[in-house]
Amino acid sequence: MIEGKNISKSFGDRLVLEDVSVSMEKGQTNLIIGQSGMGKTVLLKCLVGLLEVDHGQVFYDDREFSKMSFNEMKEIRQEIGMLFQGGALFDSLTVEENVMFPLTMFTKQTPQEKLDRANFCLSRVNLQNVNKLFPSELSGGMKKRVAIARAISMNPRYLFCDEPNSGLDPQTAHLIDELIKEITIEYNMTTVVVTHDMNSVLEIGEKIYFLYQGKLWWEGTKHNILHTDNAELQAFVFTSELTKRLRPVKGVGG
Amino acid sequence: MKFLFHFGRYLSLLRLAFQRPEKQSIYFRQIMVEMEKLGLASVGIVAIISVFMGAVLAIQMAFNIDTPLIPSYTIGFVTRQSVELEFAPTIISLILAGKVGSRIASEIGTMRVTEQIDALEIMGINPATFLILPKIVASMIINPFLIMMSMLLAVGGGWLAGIFTGLFPSAEYIYGIQSFFHLYDIFYAIVKTIVFAFIIASVSAYNGYYTKGGALEVGEASTNGVVYSSIAIIFMNLILTQLLLA
Repeated sequence: MIEGKNISKSFGDRLVLEDVSVSMEKGQTNLIIGQSGMGKTVLLKCLVGLLEVDHGQVFYDDREFSKMSFNEMKEIRQEIGMLFQGGALFDSLTVEENVMFPLTMFTKQTPQEKLDRANFCLSRVNLQNVNKLFPSELSGGMKKRVAIARAISMNPRYLFCDEPNSGLDPQTAHLIDELIKEITIEYNMTTVVVTHDMNSVLEIGEKIYFLYQGKLWWEGTKHNILHTDNAELQAFVFTSELTKRLRPVKGVGG
Repeated sequence: MKFLFHFGRYLSLLRLAFQRPEKQSIYFRQIMVEMEKLGLASVGIVAIISVFMGAVLAIQMAFNIDTPLIPSYTIGFVTRQSVELEFAPTIISLILAGKVGSRIASEIGTMRVTEQIDALEIMGINPATFLILPKIVASMIINPFLIMMSMLLAVGGGWLAGIFTGLFPSAEYIYGIQSFFHLYDIFYAIVKTIVFAFIIASVSAYNGYYTKGGALEVGEASTNGVVYSSIAIIFMNLILTQLLLA
């Protein structure tokens, strides 16, 4: 479980997060949603320690992360897997080397053991025969899947995903969502996903936090997000023609 | 004020970069890779520039010493001294600042804007140590070899110029390059080269490491890396010359 308590963060005079408290449950996909520029990625970066919080605390299973030094954070960071928006694969390494990279850095496994683990992780994300390719030779969806394979290579306890299906076609986006959901259950991880994609929200949003103007505006689940009375959340949810059609269905069905 | 901010941040980045590596065998391998990328890949350009630099120096010297009062072996002697004391360590380092410095700044800058540095940090790896330390160490090891090679080729270039132009006799030139040789001059050149190598790698890495934005900013970081490392080289050249030769 990851807890953020009363987190505030500003850049210069601009207050980006104001007194945000979240509690990310273990074994669930926890979503941070909101329009662009509302502080979702900043909150995610505060939770993983890429940004220092101005006020507030971050706890990883009761371990106070926000007070730790870089070296103390290292221990927890080895339990974290992260999927970045663009994949953040290392350009100079092949797919296989990218997936093996955390194992090379932090384990004493033999080359064969590392290779076996890399192959297992790649097959877990449905990728075959790409081991020797470089990131520049992969499509956007493949890059995301390799990034997921790298993220799970160390059996993480916590998984963070920053807009995992941005720039992907609906089918690939659905596959990535499914994958995130499956591995969250399989590894019993605490998964945090930042997204503004309503398909993802309705597919994997077991716990949802809606940010608006840097504040936590609403929290709930995919089951009650469509029934919300919150005006700002309604404006966010029922934007597309597809989601607009869900409203009358809800009205008829009660 | 801005200079103090950047200088302070540069020093704190160096402090981060010089921390104990997570896994030393990986860093050793990284140093080898960087030596190849930063050093061996520059052999060609260094060789071409050195030969022509030595040839031009010798020809200019021959034209300027057009009097029977100065022996013609002076051409060889002055060419060697100029190459040894200034041209090889400083000019070649400035050229390497352009070639290697821009490469380092753009490589690290691209890694920053594509979140690869964040990915390293999330994994619990110190990105400054992982990315910058091997580049600094590799440059400080390989650059002295490049500069020594440059010295030999420049002196050789001068000799070839004499043969092809007939401006000075080959035997006189060879006698000149062997005359009044002081080993200390080589030591001076090597010390300068090592300091310049540190400046090229660290200043360029600093500019890349704090890149924000996208492709445009990576280009800007690359240019800044070259400009600031060149200025620092010229400034340190003056200080080191005063310290080591005065």
